Amino acid sequence: MTSIITRRRFNFGAAAAAATTPLLGHSASAQAPVGIGFIYVGPVGDHGWTWTHDQGRKALEAHFGSKIKTSFLENVAEGPDAARAIRQLAQAGNQIIFTTSFGFMNPTIQVAKQFPKLKFEHATGYQRTENVATYNARFYEGRAVIGTIAGHMSKSGQAGYIASFPIPEVVMGINAFTLAARKVNPNFKTKVIWASTWYDPAKEADAAKALIDQGADMITQHTDSAAALQAAEQRGVFAFGQASDMSSFAPKAHLSAIVDDWSGYYIKRVQEVIDDKWKSGDVWGGIKDGFVKLAPYNAAVTPAARAAADAVKDGIVSGKLHPFTGELKDQKGVVRVKAGETAPDEVLAKMDWYIDGVQA
Amino acid sequence: MSDTILVSIIMTLVAASTPILLAALGELVVEKSGVLNLGVEGMMLTGAVAGFAVSLTTGSLALGLVAAVLAGIATAMVFAVLTLSLTANQVATGLALTIFGIGASSLIGAGFVGRTITRLGPIFPAALSEHPGLRAIFGHDIVVYLSLALVAGVSWFLRSTRPGLILRAVGENDASAHAIGYPVIAIRYGAIAFGGALAGLGGAYFSLALTPMWADRLTAGRGWIALALVVFAAWKPGRLLLGAYLFGAVMTFELQAKAAGISWLAPEVLAMAPYLATIAVLTMMSLGRKTGRLDAPACLGKPFSAS
Repeated sequence: MTSIITRRRFNFGAAAAAATTPLLGHSASAQAPVGIGFIYVGPVGDHGWTWTHDQGRKALEAHFGSKIKTSFLENVAEGPDAARAIRQLAQAGNQIIFTTSFGFMNPTIQVAKQFPKLKFEHATGYQRTENVATYNARFYEGRAVIGTIAGHMSKSGQAGYIASFPIPEVVMGINAFTLAARKVNPNFKTKVIWASTWYDPAKEADAAKALIDQGADMITQHTDSAAALQAAEQRGVFAFGQASDMSSFAPKAHLSAIVDDWSGYYIKRVQEVIDDKWKSGDVWGGIKDGFVKLAPYNAAVTPAARAAADAVKDGIVSGKLHPFTGELKDQKGVVRVKAGETAPDEVLAKMDWYIDGVQA
Repeated sequence: MSDTILVSIIMTLVAASTPILLAALGELVVEKSGVLNLGVEGMMLTGAVAGFAVSLTTGSLALGLVAAVLAGIATAMVFAVLTLSLTANQVATGLALTIFGIGASSLIGAGFVGRTITRLGPIFPAALSEHPGLRAIFGHDIVVYLSLALVAGVSWFLRSTRPGLILRAVGENDASAHAIGYPVIAIRYGAIAFGGALAGLGGAYFSLALTPMWADRLTAGRGWIALALVVFAAWKPGRLLLGAYLFGAVMTFELQAKAAGISWLAPEVLAMAPYLATIAVLTMMSLGRKTGRLDAPACLGKPFSAS
């Protein structure tokens, strides 16, 4: 349910501010500021996925000051039309462009061919070229931590999961959450609703209500708004925030949140552009690398759940624990990860099967 | 399906239908006067952000609702001045109004992202509004009952009152209405203001009742559904009520079916259901008609200038 109109707004304010600073006696580095472009799938005001990328952009401005000039286009629809938006930023003189949604993959590759001197960074994709790098966060590590909390805290043994689209990224999250919860409670079940959208607050809230009606007392999501948390708060069940700390929306229900932090990566890559050392590559950072963080636990989280969640987190950071350690079977009984082995990244990146306990 | 789930479904269904019903009812009156305002989504968004901003700063939901109505009217007036006084193209202006509403609401709302308020609660005492069974009837907030009263009011106004007859005359034949001395432009200004008021109220239902927060594009395209619903209802308020609740029901059952694990249908098919239903009903309605105009007001979308 998206409107047929997409809004394209240039961040003229930032551009103008950067352009005027040299007039104020800044002459030590006579170089023109490095242009950095961002393509967002949602609005910067979503307080979710796009918001966290925009926080990364703001961190760049705070770190580099007048050495850079950032601009962004928000609410860019995924698919072929995105090429137009990416090209617009490429022609505007940016040297590196971050395209921050999976559906921008093909348009990014296409535009990158036409601008071989520019650098492109595509979030959550798998296609790379000389001038297109990919980056992603191991959100499944955060999901394993909150799954552990859900396993300890759920009375009904059922969680509701509001998912967007059945792409590997989302499937991986559902499995990681359910696996962690089933380590605590072997009968744990995760009921999934496919909302078929990344952002529709009213629908996300109604989906949460439907899941609560069907017995779920833990709500988690892979959509972008805080509406589901508000529904959980209203109905008196627990929930987890997505992408950013959403506790202000649901002070009682919000047990923790998986927080995305892109600022470290953005600063590192832009520094490489400035030093002319940028190379294409693939980075998949997790809790250890600071890409994924967990919001402070709610006071309602029991000491046992807290300790178990911290143990999972510490295990992931030290490398002793991998959320996808075998033996893992899909729902047809086919062994996907052998006993004692951990799923390699290639298997994770193509995940299209569910473990037992997932009702999708 | 247990009774509590049934009651819960009804509550969700009514809440999901109400904002669409309000916005569509306003648009129905606008279209009955011969004006097509495609800016419903934009007016809903300015109403939503104004309602939230005022409720948050004053602490009063009532003031928030009033502000939403005023913001909806103010946005609608931009459209009215352009299309009525300056005879701009209604379709293009309406689309522009939506884009304007999205941008303006985002600008105004930038400082309110991440905040929340206490949502609009039921108006009846807890004995009724929290009663396990009667909750389905008495558990709603004031806007729900107001929307139902407005349907009855608009229906009566258009069918049985003289001003209603004049409004319809203006929409059916603006030149004749003008010739016998009715102020066509003034009447259309009034209708557009009413449409803006209800769209603003419908938008505020999101930010004050359904999801008490502000986030960009909070209404997520419901304004377009409201527009389609007016055609679906063949410009009749009674059918509009039916259509809005049918749409709310399909949306709610879709989610309940998924939560209950009914998986014989692909989720994509379930997500299409409300829209398939709309197309099916529209097709059925136009079958057996020769004109294909579906009872649309004859002057719908035509510019008028008194000569």
